[in-house]
Formats: sequence, C-alpha cells, structure tokens
Amino acid sequence: MANELEIRNLHARIVDGEAILKGVNLVVPKGQIHAVMGPNGAGKSTLGKVIAGDPGYEVTQGDILVDGESILELGPDERARKGLFLAFQYPVEVPGVSNANFLRLALQAKRGEEVSVQEFYAKLQKALETLEWDESILTRYLNDGFSGGEKKRNEIMHMMVLEPIYAILDETDSGLDIDALKLVAKGVNAMRGPNFGALLITHYQRILNYIVPDAVHVMIDGRIVTSGGPELAMKLEEQGYDWVKELALAN
Amino acid sequence: MSENFLVEDIGNEYKYGFVDEVQPVWKAEKGLSRRVVEAISYHKEEPAWMLQFRLKALEIYQAKPVPTWGADLSGLNMDEIYFYAKPTEKRDAQSWDEVPEAIRRTYERLGIPEAERRVLAGVGAQYDSEMVYHQVREELKRQGVIFVSIEEGLKHYEDLFREYFATVVPPEDNKYAALNSAVWSGGSFVYVPKGVKVELPLQAYFRVNTAELGQFERTLIIVDEGAEVHYIEGCTAPVYTTDSFHSGVIEIVVNQGARSRYTTIQNWPHNMYNLVTQRAIVKKDAYHMWLDGNLGSKVTMKYPSSYLVEEGARSDILSIAFANTGQHQDAGGKLIFAASHTGGSIVSKSISKGSGRSSYRGLIKVYEGAKHVKVNVECDALLINEESRTDTYPYMEIEDDTATVGHEATVSRLNDEQIFYLQSRGLPEDEAAALIVRGFIEPVAKELPLEYAVELNRLIELEMEGSVG
Repeated sequence: MANELEIRNLHARIVDGEAILKGVNLVVPKGQIHAVMGPNGAGKSTLGKVIAGDPGYEVTQGDILVDGESILELGPDERARKGLFLAFQYPVEVPGVSNANFLRLALQAKRGEEVSVQEFYAKLQKALETLEWDESILTRYLNDGFSGGEKKRNEIMHMMVLEPIYAILDETDSGLDIDALKLVAKGVNAMRGPNFGALLITHYQRILNYIVPDAVHVMIDGRIVTSGGPELAMKLEEQGYDWVKELALAN
Repeated sequence: MSENFLVEDIGNEYKYGFVDEVQPVWKAEKGLSRRVVEAISYHKEEPAWMLQFRLKALEIYQAKPVPTWGADLSGLNMDEIYFYAKPTEKRDAQSWDEVPEAIRRTYERLGIPEAERRVLAGVGAQYDSEMVYHQVREELKRQGVIFVSIEEGLKHYEDLFREYFATVVPPEDNKYAALNSAVWSGGSFVYVPKGVKVELPLQAYFRVNTAELGQFERTLIIVDEGAEVHYIEGCTAPVYTTDSFHSGVIEIVVNQGARSRYTTIQNWPHNMYNLVTQRAIVKKDAYHMWLDGNLGSKVTMKYPSSYLVEEGARSDILSIAFANTGQHQDAGGKLIFAASHTGGSIVSKSISKGSGRSSYRGLIKVYEGAKHVKVNVECDALLINEESRTDTYPYMEIEDDTATVGHEATVSRLNDEQIFYLQSRGLPEDEAAALIVRGFIEPVAKELPLEYAVELNRLIELEMEGSVG
C-alpha cells in the first residue's frame, strides 16, 4: 500500500463555473511536509478545498488517493475519517456551539466511538500547552468573535486533537504576527513524525523558516510548474514569481 | 449520538404517538352546546357561580368571530370535537398506585414518575380532561405550598381561587379564552406562600389519548410576596388522522418581590390545533420569565404575555419554535408596561424546515406615564430548506418617550460553508446541520433545566435528520 497522499492529474472547477485546477500532480509521502507556493489566483486554496471535498467544486478529471485509495467518491466527513484534515484559510464561525464540545463530537465521529472525557481532556491539555494557550478558548463558541490569529491557532489545535494522517494547511500563516506564527509552527512541528504528512499552502517563504519543508512546489494557473527543496522558496522570495510564470509558458 | 431515533418523517415515527387502550368513563357528546357546558359543570360538582361563569363565557365565545389575522384555523371544526372526556372516577390521586394501570404505564413510558423522584418538586398529570395525579413533596406542603388540580383548588380554597380566577385572562380577552372559560377542565392550582422558595420545578404533564378530543386546561398560579417557583408544562398525544384541539388558559400573579418562571415544552403531534392564552401580572420589583418551546402541533397560536403593572417589575420572554412540513408555529410574546422603571426582553428563535412556517408575532406596549421603561426585542429566524417560510410581525406601541426600546431581527439560511467546515472535521452532514441548529437556539436553550435541554437537543436532531443534502 502506498504511504502517501497523491494528487493525480487533477482537474477541477467551480460547480457550473470556471476551471481552476488544470492537471495538478503532486505526491506527499507520509512523514513529509511539502509546501505549495504560488501567486494569487494560482488555485492553491482550491486545491486544498477540493482535496477536503468542498461541494462547491467538481472534479472533472484525475484522482486523489490516500494511501493508494481513491477518495473522490467520499463526502468531506468520510475523507476526514480517512485521516484528512484541512486547516481553513478563513475558519467559519458557528455561534452557540462550544469549541470543546464540537471538537469532542468531531473526534468521536472520526473514531466512530465514544471518547472518554479524560482522554479528550488530556489531548486538549497537550495541544494547549504546545500552543501556549489558556483554557478559556475551549468554552467559547466555535470561532465566534475570535481574532484572525485566534482562528488560525484554533485550527492548529483542532489538528492536534484530531491527529490526521495528512493535513492541508491553507495559508495558516497569513495575517499572523511573528509570535503567533512561531506558535502555529510549533504546533505543526509537534505533529511531525513518520505517521504525519502535510501540505503547507502559503504565499510567503517566512513560515518555512520555522517549518522546514521536505519539498517546495510552485503552482501557477492551476498546475504545479516546478518543484525543489527549501532553496526554491528562498529563490521565490528574492526573485518573485515572474521567472516561474515564464517557465510555465515555456511548458 | 442519535442512533436510536433517526427517522425521516417525524409524523410517522413520533416517539410519543402510541395509543392507550383506555376508554373514558364518561364522554360528552360531540360538539359544543349549553348542554355540554352544563354537563361538564355537573360532573365537577361545581358551585352555582362557576356554572354561571361558564355559561356567560359560552355566549361571549359564540359572539366572537374566528380570528383571521394569524394562522389558518379554517380546518378546525368544533362540531367534530369532544369537549370533555373523563378518564377515571378518581381525580388527583396522590400515589401512582391509585392511577389506573393503563394510564400509569403511559406516564411511566414518558418517564414522569422517575423525573418526579429525581428532579421535580411536584407533578400533576392530566389525561384527557382530568388531572389523574397530583402530588408535591411533603416539606413543601408543610410550608403551605398548594399544588393541586384546578378543580381541587376551587373545591378546597374557594376564596383564594375566586379572588384571582379570570382576573388575569377574562373570558372577553379573546375567542379561545372565552371557549376555555366555558369548558375548562384540568390544569393546576398553585399557591406559593410569602417568602417560600420552591427550588426544584413543579411539572404538569398533559396527555390527550382520546381521538378528536379538545383539552382545555386552566391553570392559576399565585406566587406570593418574595416567593419563588418554576412551573413546567409538557404536552404529547397519539398521532391520529383526525385533528385534535388544545386550548389552555394560564393565569399567573407574581406578587411583590417574587420570582417565577413558566416553561412550556410543547410537543403535540402534527394533528393538533394548539391555541393557548398565557398571561402573567407582575407586581412591584417582581420578575417573571416565560420560556416557550413549540416543537409540535399542526397550528400553534401562542403569545405568552407579561403585564408589568408596578414599579420595578421585570419580565423576559424566551421563545423557540420549530416548524416542520405541515406545521405553522405562530408564536412570540407580549410585554405591556404600565408602570415606571420596568423592563424586559423578548428573544425569539425560530427554525423552519421543509415547507414549515414559523411566524414571530410580538407586541411591546408602553403606556403614557410609564417612565424609563427599558425593553429589547430580538427575533432570529433560521430557514433550513428553500421552501421554508418565516414572517415577522413586531408591533410596537410606545406612548412614553422616556422609553428605551431596542429591536433586532435576522433571517438566515442554513449555511453551506458552516456545514462543510463541520463536515471537514468528521461530522456527518445531518449531525453538522443539527449542531448548527442547536447552536442557533443555544441562547434560549441554556435557560432550560438540563433534562429538558437534553430532550430538546434530541428532538432537534430527530427533526433535522435527512434535512439537507
């Protein structure tokens, strides 16, 4: 069995709308963290949403495989139960639903069984400690009235508690000050290990100083046009995307 | 979390829809007439003044037209209704052993005796037209708390009864208050003496078993100075293909410095017309809360009201309505300010699913000369499906310009982004939708006693099954 998240020639469009992904090929082996960079409108966030099963998009060609198994026919919740996780660029506010209660329901849904209060609380404690956060965030309503930074940090907390096999972090770094960025990176690094793979979607090289990726891919106009190591991110930071765009045209 | 009760159509799988093999010991002939009213009075062995009161109310009822400003009542045919059914000879048994077995089993199925042992201060159980059981904890009796059926209240405490009865809701108030005044049967008589705090709730449970029956409970609650009480009513019935009718009148007097709360969890089956008048008179520095949950029935028209008649009186009305396909919940509340430095709020949360319709109908009235009244109204409607419907009718009559009045209304649809977000964490779509709905009503639901909050959540989950996708 393949131990990887594989995106194979993926084409997707907004339901009844414009094509966004135009043949994405990407493999994230379990145990590695890959970054996807690219200019605005390249399709990076769409890639994350399509992997997670956002019903606002439809796949027109290609496949997504988790450990060798296609997940295209699965709903978003079934994908989560297969071990996928998407940290949202814009986490959604759900008033009246407490953060911790929701997270416990989600963990139970994922496992398909009751999770004891003790076990759940221990997981929360561990995540809060890593993220240097206090418990008051647990009883607040899910993302309701959270600051931008709190929302992002909360996504990482959810990830740490739900322990996905493959996580997609959609611009989790954007809008964060340096202290918050370091905490988010600390959370992701705490997940690192042989049973965790991640796709880090970002505009900026900055977060890669704290989460050193195993590979960097550059996306332009719905395709991955070049890939490399961490040095590629540095090059983009210095030179911008123009040379990659030319590369894309040349292809 | 809801594996036992996942059903697509609540109307077919309504948990409380079972029918008992119980025949009334006596049942009035179908339809409404002077003879029926006299028969009811005769069966209750009432004083002459009460029969006169009933007959006068019947005339008022007959003179008033069917209201057309609210829900559609054209399907309600009074000629097809039984106005009285006596389930057993013994009223107000003080022990469940004295309740006929078939009826007792029903209340056991509904979990009432168990709740009574664990979390309630007293229970009254009405079956068809009569209260078959009424009991309150001994220590409360010793403190002078009265919690009996309305009939026993009239029989044993006639002076107190007569001082307050029909003073809060007179028969002239509206057509169905007049009807109730003519044919009332069952309900509770509650008196909490000065300074006595009843810490656990008193609960009345209303069950209609006989098909095509009208149930006309009449409840009178007097909370004397500085006293406290929480009264809860719950309602269920079997599912019949014919319509049933429930028309109650609730009168509450909250004396100086007292605190009271009246909670309704109305879960009638979808063949019930539910037209209820509930009103509280709130006196100096007293407080009253209405918590009104309307989940069942075919048509509900119900607007709990508080009259703030002396300085410092306050009242909050919290309302939850859930209208599924075939249901119209026309609910809301009224706050009438007739004294200075009074205040209150109405918070209404309605959910419409399928082709269900919920209407918020509310009145805020501030009389001239009532100074520095503060009132706030918030009504939020959530629509689950494309064909779901909601309407808002907020009436404001503000005669004094020192009043501070706030009003906010929102209508929202079940949000796809929220569903996707919750699903992406592993929750199935139905559960995600139910969770969003639970979150929507949370500001009201958190005021419920825990047992009822759990039950409400369960009912909502049940109602939300198969609602999206």
